[in-house]
Amino acid sequence: MAKRVLLIEDEPNIIEAISFILSRDGWTVHAHENGETAMAKVNAFPPDLIILDVMLPGRSGFDILRDLRAQAATAATPVMMLTARGQAKDRELAKRLGANHFMIKPFSNADVRDHVRALMEA
Amino acid sequence: MTGPSKTSVFLARNAYHKRRMRDLARAVPLFGAVLLSFPLLWPRGEGGAANSGAVVYIFVVWIVLILAAAGISRAVKSDDPLRAQRDQS
Amino acid sequence: MVSFNILVAVALLYVALLFGVAFYAERRAARGFGGWLYSPIVYTLSLSIYCTAWTFYGAVGYAARSGLEFVTIYLGPTLVVVGWWWVLRRLVRIGRTQRITSIADLISSRFGKSTQLGVIVTILAVVAATPYIALQLQSVTLSFAVFAEAGGAFWGEDELNGAAIAVAIGLATFTVLFGTRNLDANERHHGIVMAIAVEAVVKLLALLAVGIFVVWGVAGGPTQILQQIDASPIAHWDQNGARWISLIFVSGAAFICLPRMFQVLVVENVDERHLNIAGWAFPAYLMLMSLFVVPIAVVGLAILPAGANPDLFVLTVPLSEGQSGLAMFSFLGGFSSATSMVIVSTIALATMVSNHIVVPIWLNARAGAGAKMSGDVRSVILLSRRFSIAGVLALGYLYYRVSGGGTALAAIGLVSFSGAIQVLPSLIGGIFWRGATRVGAALGLITGFSVWSWTLFLPSIGTGAIISDAVMLYGPFGHSWLRPEALFGIAGIDPLVHGIMWSMILNAFLFFIGSVFSFPTPLERLQGAQFVNVFDYSAGSSNWRASAADAEDLLIMSQRIMGGTEAQGFFQREAAAQGKAGYLPDVTIEFVSLLERELAGSVGAATAHAMVGQLTEGSGVSVEDLIAVADEAAQILEYSNQLEAKSAEQERTARALRDANEKLTALSVQKDAFLSQISHELRTPMTSIRSFSEILRDGEMTADAQWRYAGIIHDETLRLTRLLDDLLDLSVLANGQVTLQDQSGDLRSLITRAVDVAGGEDSKLRVLRDPSAEAIVLRTDLDRLGQVFINLIANARKYCDAVTPTLSIKVRRVSGDYVIDFVDNGSGVQIKNQQVIFEKFSRVSDQSKAGGAGLGLAICREIMHRLGGEISYLPGQGGAAFRVVLPRAAILANR
Repeated sequence: MAKRVLLIEDEPNIIEAISFILSRDGWTVHAHENGETAMAKVNAFPPDLIILDVMLPGRSGFDILRDLRAQAATAATPVMMLTARGQAKDRELAKRLGANHFMIKPFSNADVRDHVRALMEA
Repeated sequence: MTGPSKTSVFLARNAYHKRRMRDLARAVPLFGAVLLSFPLLWPRGEGGAANSGAVVYIFVVWIVLILAAAGISRAVKSDDPLRAQRDQS
Repeated sequence: MVSFNILVAVALLYVALLFGVAFYAERRAARGFGGWLYSPIVYTLSLSIYCTAWTFYGAVGYAARSGLEFVTIYLGPTLVVVGWWWVLRRLVRIGRTQRITSIADLISSRFGKSTQLGVIVTILAVVAATPYIALQLQSVTLSFAVFAEAGGAFWGEDELNGAAIAVAIGLATFTVLFGTRNLDANERHHGIVMAIAVEAVVKLLALLAVGIFVVWGVAGGPTQILQQIDASPIAHWDQNGARWISLIFVSGAAFICLPRMFQVLVVENVDERHLNIAGWAFPAYLMLMSLFVVPIAVVGLAILPAGANPDLFVLTVPLSEGQSGLAMFSFLGGFSSATSMVIVSTIALATMVSNHIVVPIWLNARAGAGAKMSGDVRSVILLSRRFSIAGVLALGYLYYRVSGGGTALAAIGLVSFSGAIQVLPSLIGGIFWRGATRVGAALGLITGFSVWSWTLFLPSIGTGAIISDAVMLYGPFGHSWLRPEALFGIAGIDPLVHGIMWSMILNAFLFFIGSVFSFPTPLERLQGAQFVNVFDYSAGSSNWRASAADAEDLLIMSQRIMGGTEAQGFFQREAAAQGKAGYLPDVTIEFVSLLERELAGSVGAATAHAMVGQLTEGSGVSVEDLIAVADEAAQILEYSNQLEAKSAEQERTARALRDANEKLTALSVQKDAFLSQISHELRTPMTSIRSFSEILRDGEMTADAQWRYAGIIHDETLRLTRLLDDLLDLSVLANGQVTLQDQSGDLRSLITRAVDVAGGEDSKLRVLRDPSAEAIVLRTDLDRLGQVFINLIANARKYCDAVTPTLSIKVRRVSGDYVIDFVDNGSGVQIKNQQVIFEKFSRVSDQSKAGGAGLGLAICREIMHRLGGEISYLPGQGGAAFRVVLPRAAILANR
């Protein structure tokens, strides 16, 4: 059974691009666009990996990450953060909160695919 | 062009001087009161200070006060605001 | 030897001369040839009424008894006059601006135009002056007696009394004739002032003549006179320090407080600048008057028999040397001294009695009829003054008879002085301290007056006359602590110093305590502010509200007080000043205040206030009064704020630095946030572009997908371009670098174009408009204004979440401005977001789908700002609503 990736991101074009890249690599991709309801989605549909945008409508990606790490079910789920604001302090914050990887937009498709593969295997 | 600036410096000095003259006018009666109290320190009665000397002392102080007041009066006179206005225009 | 009859003839001739001088001066003044009448020399000479018969005769007697102590009586005024900058200048200015008629009027006016205070001061002044007037009568009588005796006759009590009564009647006649001839506005008496000036010259020359004769004619020169002093009974300095200082103080204070001195110093003053000359000339006069006193005394003591009355040395020394001409001149000098004092003193007292006692009583008695009733106020006032003059002189005569005329002149004079100066605390407090109140003044005056009466005045009438010897020794009813010469059991002080000290201390203390613990009325506070700040306020007080008072009633009343011509002249002038013809000006607050002041010049402030009050209905305090008091409070507040400000200066500097630092930090945070926002907005479309172009490069897809992904890339490129355009636009607008076009066109077509551009043909958005309201011609940068409209319409199209989205565009006038409201029927903007929607990048909802970067409204705001208009969010319209206020300058016409 294909491993499931949950993509929490509000830009439709980016959802489409990442879905395309990862599906081609064999993953099942689910997208969710809202920050506020993201945790409910995670719990209803426990993914093998989460790709999390920082700037989300309703709730920041960092807040969601902290909640993910706080509950037992998702404490170990690999999380890859995406952000359009490539500042060093955001990267630090993501690391401290327990993100497994931090990616700055725009990214190369190959990078996304490789890191997802690496996180899934680990 | 040093003309105008010189004038203004002069006027300021003048006004300052008048103000000090007014201070002096206020001080004269105080000085007078002190000078006129001096005789109280003199010895009294038989064998005391001579009244002839006291008369001379008091009238000299009196004349000094009058002269001081007259001098200050001349200095303060031009203080009249009307005249000052006229002088300016 | 001069016969007594010749002496009487000379005296009468001299009086006739004075009549002539007074009459001539009045005539000149009436014709407007004031000229030399108004010279500072006349003013200085008029002050010389300070030197009465007490000086002329008494000073020598005083010196013969107590050595140099007599000089204190002239040193006190010297210090006060030399220091005119302190008190006199202020008094004269107040007197002139407030049209003060007497010292009672000054006190009454200062403390809220209080009638009661006027009465207290008047009574005090009359009581204090009575012994002094008696003293003048006595000295003139005695000087007549000297000549009578020199002629061989001996004057018994009957002759003395007869002479005294003749002198009193003569003086009363003269004073009534010249003192109450007119009731002119400023209460000045040119004739009398001139006559006094002449008398001042006569008395000075007379005393100098006697002095010169004594020094060079009898003693043989200045050196010899000094030797003679050393050989005399008063050879040694033997001055009690307490008396020396008390007497300098008392005489200095009396110079200001004596009613007659106040009259010549303040009321008769025609020009404030005269003080400048009098400041040194009057001390010089006093010095010359005192110069030969000691020589005359020592020579008199040396050459006259032991029992001779030293108070008459000025006459008896020349007489004993056979100089009858000189003695006659000296007699005229003493006569001048006494008469000038009595004349001015009775005028001053009569003014006070009539203004503060008679007229108020008369007004009260007729209160029902009002001030415009039948009866001539003017004649009442003149009559009351004439009777007051006669009354004051009668009192003086009575005192002379009761006291027996035997006491030494100097003692009476000092008792009178120390009574007059009971006004000092209220006077000085009133002109320098705003906190002084009527209650304090009344308490101080009554206390001082009582203590003075008990310790000095009543004992002075003679032991056993009113206060019995037992009371003097053991106190009233055995209360020894109330002994007149040893209050509170403190005995052994010189009686005069004792009385002065206790009366002044208790007076000042109660004045202060009473003021501090009472609250002044608004009128009191207003007057207080005007008196204390007399050099700051040039405008007068406006003490009346505009009222129903009829100008005609006021004219009728004023005619009765000022006289017909003067009143009509005044009313006509004021009417002309208001731009009206005729005699009846509008009854404005300014006019009534001015009229009241004019009347105050005749009848005193309290009476004028009461009389005008009867016509203007109620003596209430106007709103202006309250404003003036509020101003005063504001000034005080400002002053205390300034003090606080100074102490807070350092802290403020520190805070400013802290603020600046915080501002810099905030700016830098803002800049970071802005850059981070831009980065985000740019990176998002670039992410899609990069990602899809990589996908396309990888190939292996359907033509459909290929087409679709290329489309996405294309759209995202446009989005990037649009974002960059907006950013540039905003930056240009915010920096003010934009050049506005000058275009004109009508609003209707501008909105139509905007709807076309923003709505697009596929739009579901329904737009409701009212074309007739849009018929406005504009002249502004129409492209920019259109850009704002497009933005607002596009926003409605993008964000209106109603099932059938509708936007109404309403044009209307709101308080003179043309406004355009864009209201949709969606869910609107949440209140917390209404504040921030005009900020850059403030995307409050999920806007990214709509392709906005959150710059649109920020740009709109900048544009409206540049155009001179406004844009704002309009809450409570049932949907999102924006209001555009058109710049006023842009409206050309409303068709």
